[in-house]
Amino acid sequence: MKQLRFWMLAPARVWMALFFAAPLLIVVAYSLLTRGDYGGVEQPTTLENFTRLFDPLYGAILLRSLVIAIVATAFCLLLGFPMALFISRSGRRKNLYLQLVTLPFWTSFLVRTYAWLFLLRDTGLINTLLIKAGIVSSPLPLLYNNGAVLLGLVYGYLPFMVLPLYATIERMEPALLEAAADLGARPFAALRRVTLPLALPGMFAGSVLVFIPCMGAYLTPDLLGGGKTVMAGNLIQNQFTTARDWPFGSAVSLMLMAINMLLLLPMMRRSEDVL
Amino acid sequence: MMIAQMQAILELRNVVKDFPSHRAVDDISLTLEAGRFYSLLGASGCGKTTTLRLIAGFEKPTSGEILLNGTRVNDVPPYRRNVSTVFQSYALFPHLTVEKNIAFGLEQRGERSFSGKVEQAIEMVRLSGKSKRLPAELSGGEKQRVALARSLVLEPSILLLDEPLAALDLKLRREMRAELKAMQQRTGITFLFVTHDQEEALAMSDEIAIMHRGKIEQTGTPREVYRKPATRFVAGFLGAMNWIGDAGVRPEALRIARNGSEYRSTARVEQSLFLGNAVHVLLKLESGESATAELTGAEADFRTGELVHVNWSSADEMRFPR
Repeated sequence: MKQLRFWMLAPARVWMALFFAAPLLIVVAYSLLTRGDYGGVEQPTTLENFTRLFDPLYGAILLRSLVIAIVATAFCLLLGFPMALFISRSGRRKNLYLQLVTLPFWTSFLVRTYAWLFLLRDTGLINTLLIKAGIVSSPLPLLYNNGAVLLGLVYGYLPFMVLPLYATIERMEPALLEAAADLGARPFAALRRVTLPLALPGMFAGSVLVFIPCMGAYLTPDLLGGGKTVMAGNLIQNQFTTARDWPFGSAVSLMLMAINMLLLLPMMRRSEDVL
Repeated sequence: MMIAQMQAILELRNVVKDFPSHRAVDDISLTLEAGRFYSLLGASGCGKTTTLRLIAGFEKPTSGEILLNGTRVNDVPPYRRNVSTVFQSYALFPHLTVEKNIAFGLEQRGERSFSGKVEQAIEMVRLSGKSKRLPAELSGGEKQRVALARSLVLEPSILLLDEPLAALDLKLRREMRAELKAMQQRTGITFLFVTHDQEEALAMSDEIAIMHRGKIEQTGTPREVYRKPATRFVAGFLGAMNWIGDAGVRPEALRIARNGSEYRSTARVEQSLFLGNAVHVLLKLESGESATAELTGAEADFRTGELVHVNWSSADEMRFPR
């Protein structure tokens, strides 16, 4: 039994060691070295990459990432909870609706983000229609701002909120809501006093799943923010490409990880067995 | 003249409940008086739980009327009906402590100072010292008592109990029977107890309604329905029954002798089962029918294969129209 367990887990262990632990160690090592002239890293070791993080310029980017990720997570919660509740009460249609929620995953995230570009830009569908209808005279600035980035993130990660929420709500004993009504609770009071607290683990799980990719997002701010809304992901990408400062890129990456862990560990503990 | 009459606390008038696939409750009428213990007895699928859910307000009747304290409540939602349900699964709120589960209904009513009432209810169900526990930390019997306290603390017109003992083991079930009965008498609240267990219904009730295929077959005191069943179904459902010819005879009404001078049939002893306080003798009558005699006392010593004389008095014969 013990032997079986060892061999069954071996592939996952090897995989994680090779493609998670080892690269992470490399990133840690890089973050302590000096940048090479054409990329790469050189001696001597230094802590300067980390002290640079406290430069207000970078602090602002990290802070913006944090705020956008928090707001995006909040919107996902606000939209996702009623959706999950609706699906769990849809009887035989449940599976259909769940499939609809996961439908966007059938095409690539990149393609879907480009689609938003075509919808939101000045000559895009929305502005064209608004102008033709005479509602506005010049195109609305729908693209290349924080709002567009937020929209893209909420759109992209909403399913990760809906699915765990649905799982916890679905697990709830239906008799609990009947008991609440029986004891005099109106539907809204029952929702607040029974459904909501029992869905908390799902909310924590969903928030973790949405918050982490939002913090590290770079495709969405790149395409929909148009370089104006720089998030941590873009900063990191930039360091490894144009700026050729691998050590600093590594340091930003580690900082991002540290912030995520600090914020999310308590939540993950409360998400019980949903995650 | 009307004032002197017992107050009907609940009345069902020709209530019908149809589901897409079948009729669950088929034209039942029932009147419950204040302060008594009623049972709704029937096999699973007979419509008894649906009847309970109609009274609680979880289902709406297809036709007919439900009157609570004289007022029609067909369209009144459960949260505005002064009835309370003890669910089969208990349905305790898993995130709330014993205390908070019991306070839930009082809070919903907007009562302000209810800690005294809650404490009293906890004491009544003997859970003092466990008021801060979560449901997951309680035994089955304790959960049962929290569910009971949670409902009783609201002093409902009627307490509906949906097979509340089904999930408990036999010993606990017997204890809870006496406890429920005592609690009903102490509080004076009308109990409507749904069960498929005839022994439970007979032991606890002032009155029993026996349901079969969505209809009420008979209502009466436990003695009435046991001794004078109105239909063949009731006769067969309540207690054991021997069908000899077209008459029903209870096992305890059969007498067996090795060589009685007066007898109605001879029989071969197929099996003799010693049950401690009684002996069940399984017989094959000369007509080919099987019968069981329940004997108490010392005479009850018959061996398998023995030929015996079986007798019973005509007063013990029950006959029903086919």
